[in-house]
Amino acid sequence: MTKLPTEQEVRGLSLTGYLHCLRGIVWREALRFLQQRERFIAALVRPLVWLFIFAAGFRSVLGVSIIPPYETYVLYEVYVTPGLVAMIQLFNGMQSSLSMVYDREMGNMRTLLVSPFPRWFLLTSKLMAGVAVSLLQVAVFLAITWFWEVEPPLWGYLTVIPALILSGLMLGALGMLLSSGIKQLENFAGIMNFVIFPMFFASSALYPLWRMKETSPLLYEICLLNPFTYVVELIRFALYGQLNLEALAIVAGFTILFLGGAIFAYNPSKGLIARRGGPGGK
Amino acid sequence: MTLSPAVPQDETAPEEVTAPGHQSTLRALEVAGLTHSFGPNKALDEVSFSIAPSRFCVLLGLNGAGKTTLFSLITRLYSNTSGAIRVYGHDVRRSPGEALQRLGVVFQQRTLDLDLSVMQNLLYHAALHGFTPREARERAEAQLERVKLADRAKEKARRLSGGQMRRVEIARALLHDPKLLLLDEPTVGLDIDSRRDIVERTTALCQDDKLAVLWATHLIDEVTPAKQVVVLHHGKVVADGTHDAVLAATGATDIAAAFASLTQAKSEAPSLEGAGA
Repeated sequence: MTKLPTEQEVRGLSLTGYLHCLRGIVWREALRFLQQRERFIAALVRPLVWLFIFAAGFRSVLGVSIIPPYETYVLYEVYVTPGLVAMIQLFNGMQSSLSMVYDREMGNMRTLLVSPFPRWFLLTSKLMAGVAVSLLQVAVFLAITWFWEVEPPLWGYLTVIPALILSGLMLGALGMLLSSGIKQLENFAGIMNFVIFPMFFASSALYPLWRMKETSPLLYEICLLNPFTYVVELIRFALYGQLNLEALAIVAGFTILFLGGAIFAYNPSKGLIARRGGPGGK
Repeated sequence: MTLSPAVPQDETAPEEVTAPGHQSTLRALEVAGLTHSFGPNKALDEVSFSIAPSRFCVLLGLNGAGKTTLFSLITRLYSNTSGAIRVYGHDVRRSPGEALQRLGVVFQQRTLDLDLSVMQNLLYHAALHGFTPREARERAEAQLERVKLADRAKEKARRLSGGQMRRVEIARALLHDPKLLLLDEPTVGLDIDSRRDIVERTTALCQDDKLAVLWATHLIDEVTPAKQVVVLHHGKVVADGTHDAVLAATGATDIAAAFASLTQAKSEAPSLEGAGA
């Protein structure tokens, strides 16, 4: 049996303690993910359906001219792949927020928040856990697309990793911010309609922006204002070993904004929780 | 009739601890002048009471009396805007990490992750307190042994009965050797045997581990003579003292009658309906 510490023996929060805490949060998220096979399959099937069916159908309709980072004409499948990678992360980010609402309803959120580590650290760790899961999904997706003639340079698979971490953080932080405002699990359907679909369609994920400009200048402007466009472009360039500085700056900026907002919303004295008396409260 | 805070504490209470460099005696939990509102509703109104180390305190109140709000504030789910909450002298607002390290909590809701095994649930909690995997496993095994569930360690939490889940939650709350254990309506939804089991276990813990316990309940029979009683009604403390002192002050013959007289007397006061969670 473990010995009880005296008052003097209660230990402080060491740096290794922080690392163990982060490890524990990522480990739990990974365990949950691996146990939910349907979630893994759904996360893969969604972009693959787009790639195999939608992209194949649009191949002949949509010609893609030579635009950076591509150096030659590319097949539509090649063009759309970075957009689908971003879609995986978008869904994953929102799914993490769904799991936070679930955690809140189930009370798991409360066990997280009584950890003695600072709340910003707990929330950021939770985000990192979501990003780790999204990296796993993207790796499997990119491996499959390789056999579908989407063959970026090999080093592109390395250079895309930091881009994916940053974009995963941005989309996860957005999900976390939204989760603080969702009262019940049922309201999550609204997120699908009002966040995921508009973000995905009004971006450069499916069509190059110059094409959008020809069709609708207004939609083009909307796409330019959509942070998801820059997520897609950051990933697209990184997958070809290039850095799109504009996309990097914008994605980094929105990451800070969303994360700051989420930490504020979960702040015990200032945020939404304090005003509303949730989570787990009334 | 308000007894708080004049009712004397039990004279046989265990010796209080004095912190190095502190003049006053150190309380396991000290709630002072705590008021909290949700919009126009006052959930807690000038709540003050304290628990000595190694004391078992029953926080008695009807549903909606403000017990859950009080727990949420002590566990810093949200911060108190007025008054102070101190855990072994550490202010929950100013040094939450220090306070939370000394605090073990069993929430009213079931908070085990049902898809994970019993052991995985405990290891996760230990990681949240910064323990190494090895240390976490040792502590988890020791605590499971203690609640007689060592043989169920590998089972998914959803396969446990309600009483067993509560025992795992208590084991989890004790993993990091807290010095104050909070339990929010821990026996709700349990059958009679499981209820008695949880009450007896926690009482034994309080004695064996020199652990202070704050036990919120609306079930009057969970108040026994050796315990401190704090009665919360419409967000106010209407009695605070030993079982016998509360009986003496109300002139009642048993705690149920004392509780009835305290809460009925207060109900005639200006209404605070809707306050509290």
